[in-house]
Amino acid sequence: MIGIAVMYLLLIGGMLMADVFYSVSNVGWEEFKGILGDEYIQKSVKLTLFTCTVTAIMSVIVALPIGYLLSRYDFRGKTVIDAALDIPIVLPPLVVGLSLLILFNKMPPWEWFGIDGPSFEEMFGKIFGPFMPEGMEAGITYKVPAVILAQFTVAAAFAVRTMRNTFDQISPRAEQVALTLGCNRSQAFFRVVVPEAWRGISTAGTLAWTRAMGEFGPILVFAGTIRGRTEVLSSSVFLEISIGNLEGAVIVSLMMVTIAVVVLIAVRMWDRGSRKKYVL
Amino acid sequence: MISVEQLSVRAGDFCIEGISFEVPTGEHGVLMGKTGCGKTTILEAICGLKEVLSGKITLMGRDVTHLRAGERGIGFVPQDGALFATMSVRQQLAFGPKVQGWAKKEIDKRVPELAEELGIESILERKPFGLSGGERQRVALGRALAVRPKVLCLDEPLSALDEETHEGMVELIRSVVKEHGITALHITHSRREADLIADKEFFLDDGKLV
Repeated sequence: MIGIAVMYLLLIGGMLMADVFYSVSNVGWEEFKGILGDEYIQKSVKLTLFTCTVTAIMSVIVALPIGYLLSRYDFRGKTVIDAALDIPIVLPPLVVGLSLLILFNKMPPWEWFGIDGPSFEEMFGKIFGPFMPEGMEAGITYKVPAVILAQFTVAAAFAVRTMRNTFDQISPRAEQVALTLGCNRSQAFFRVVVPEAWRGISTAGTLAWTRAMGEFGPILVFAGTIRGRTEVLSSSVFLEISIGNLEGAVIVSLMMVTIAVVVLIAVRMWDRGSRKKYVL
Repeated sequence: MISVEQLSVRAGDFCIEGISFEVPTGEHGVLMGKTGCGKTTILEAICGLKEVLSGKITLMGRDVTHLRAGERGIGFVPQDGALFATMSVRQQLAFGPKVQGWAKKEIDKRVPELAEELGIESILERKPFGLSGGERQRVALGRALAVRPKVLCLDEPLSALDEETHEGMVELIRSVVKEHGITALHITHSRREADLIADKEFFLDDGKLV
């Protein structure tokens, strides 16, 4: 068993080390600085940080009530809903992107029943169009909202799983005591359950964030990989490879690894600090 | 007085039906029975934590059958204490009064008064992690008593305590209940505990009170 574990760890470590050694031996310092300073790569980093943060926040907001309901209540159809929530995880990423494209751009729900009406894309444009700065167009497909939606669709499913497991591990007794002391359900949830679930919430947020950063398939189909506009780091890797710049792709990949590690360490350190809340 | 008339309530896969009993005002009723026989379900129904299928629950002359848990004026002490993991002992004691909108001055007076009565002044700033079983149950008792309930429901509060702590807690619960004129319903499967603490004993067997 230890042998199998070691082999798998060697594979993970080997992949990362291969990237590092490939960059060291093939990319000069000036070239490295050039890639990092590239205008499109810098835009891509900024858009990645922005979209992943929005996705993580949205995922936690959605995962909190769904995870809680699935953990605490039994209701008709629960098994079906539970299974449906895993669909974004098990579907091929390109299918997720394609389905989003059709839902938001081609076939809104009312058209399923033969009722004519605007697509979500058109509605979004009408609502937000007047508020857009000059030269910018409001919309979803092939724009930043599509990047966020594509990331969110998959990341939220992971966040929901994490929150459900978190609530499963918290005894409902404490919130029942809070109810007898005068809390209504939402007060008991926010005053007692949420503070106890805090570590699970931060894990769900981190998982959603890192998952969103790694997302590519749905973004490719739904948002496209338009340089400087819908380009996030995962699309940068693809774009660099597609123009034959393997060195650039490896450097961007290493940036993604570094960002993921920094985020994980930051959250772990913050978690350690918040764990003191339980012990002091 | 705690009065339960023809109470029917679902307990997992089975139903407890037609349960009736009374605990007179100021007395300590003990409900006994085997594990899984539905004692906790009855207690939860009285506390408003379990939906009542039929029957009537009256607390101190008030029909509370369909009232929310927080409107019943009950103090609830669960089996393992179920302390709020992120709050200090002081915050746990102040929780109920705060939720019920007491003035800060009143809360600041009530918390040390309770802590002294229960002998937990020295742990007021500590969090539940690392508290002993006896300390946890004292805090849980204090948290329930903080809002001055007329009725106290205790769900096997002493089952996890060692013998020495157990005796001390029995004494403490008895004195607190008598001193404050509280009507209590206490669940246990220990005959010895029931004999030590009960004014009135009930035995639940096969879904029926004996």
